[in-house]
Amino acid sequence: MSDDLLLAPGPPAEEPVAFDVKGGVVGARRTVPIALSVCAYGLVFGVLAQQARLSLLEVFLMSGFVYAGSAQLLVLSLWSMPLPIATILLTTLIVNLRNLLLGAAVSPWLLRISPFKAYSTLFFLSDESWALTMGEFAKGRRNAAFLLGSGLVLYVAWVGSTVAGRTLGDVVHDPARFGLDFAFTAVFLSLLVGFWNGKSDLLPWVVAALVAVTAAHFLPGKWYILLGGVSGSVAGVVRHAD
Amino acid sequence: MQTSFAALLTILGMALVTYVTRISGLWLMSHVTLSTRMKTWLGYLPGTVIVALVAPTVFSTGVAEAGAALATVLVMARTRNVLLTILVGVSVVWGLRMLQANLR
Repeated sequence: MSDDLLLAPGPPAEEPVAFDVKGGVVGARRTVPIALSVCAYGLVFGVLAQQARLSLLEVFLMSGFVYAGSAQLLVLSLWSMPLPIATILLTTLIVNLRNLLLGAAVSPWLLRISPFKAYSTLFFLSDESWALTMGEFAKGRRNAAFLLGSGLVLYVAWVGSTVAGRTLGDVVHDPARFGLDFAFTAVFLSLLVGFWNGKSDLLPWVVAALVAVTAAHFLPGKWYILLGGVSGSVAGVVRHAD
Repeated sequence: MQTSFAALLTILGMALVTYVTRISGLWLMSHVTLSTRMKTWLGYLPGTVIVALVAPTVFSTGVAEAGAALATVLVMARTRNVLLTILVGVSVVWGLRMLQANLR
């Protein structure tokens, strides 16, 4: 997450912020190449969802209503009967808290269009669309529909590819025999490479790893995910304060 | 694999929680300003949560998993190709496990 984007000045007060089809189309077009890599994650999510025993309908509903890759992937590791609903919701909240930052960063533009348009557009907010949109705004263009157009393309890519992956999953049997159980870890490791912002991440990540390994050893269930994630990020804040 | 009521409820709950995080930034910014400390914390969260998720598999399962994790990260850092990266990770873990089984 880049701090300078967060501190970007909003649009000049005297210039209007547009929200029209043209802006949406530009956003959609610009997003197509990124949609391909989203499809790759989507396919893998679908296959892993089959292993976690989610039905095709459940995959469709989850991708369609939740539409959040990292959170959905994480929840697969918690998906066992009876469903630990509270843990799943808490994990979803923690992983998605970063959306608060993304939403805050685009707010100078979204506050200038109607609340209905702004709050509808935000359903499709994702890391990728956000980054593209902030780049567009930084160039002085002011069409907030760019975010919606971009989001819609990724939405279709995500829902489509996860459903396709889930269907594909029916064909693969005994995944551990081929090392496919590791695909889950590999997906997250590849996501992590994208999250790496340089040396400032080292301490929080080391703390997160140490706490998680220790907690996984001594505590039952999946508490190590939240414990490690929260203590690592807090370590980052404490180090920043010095 | 029937869709249970509990599963539906969980998915709807996840949807609600996620949507609230998506709109809360805009809502908050029209009312208050976020402190720098809060922004820093939120910025670190996704990375540290994912590190915590994979750490036990990577560091305390075995040599095969640790080696495959290293290969995965290296391939992703160099190519940025998700499917290739996952393919390499899975192949390396499979190869190392075979190797270990045959050495025993």
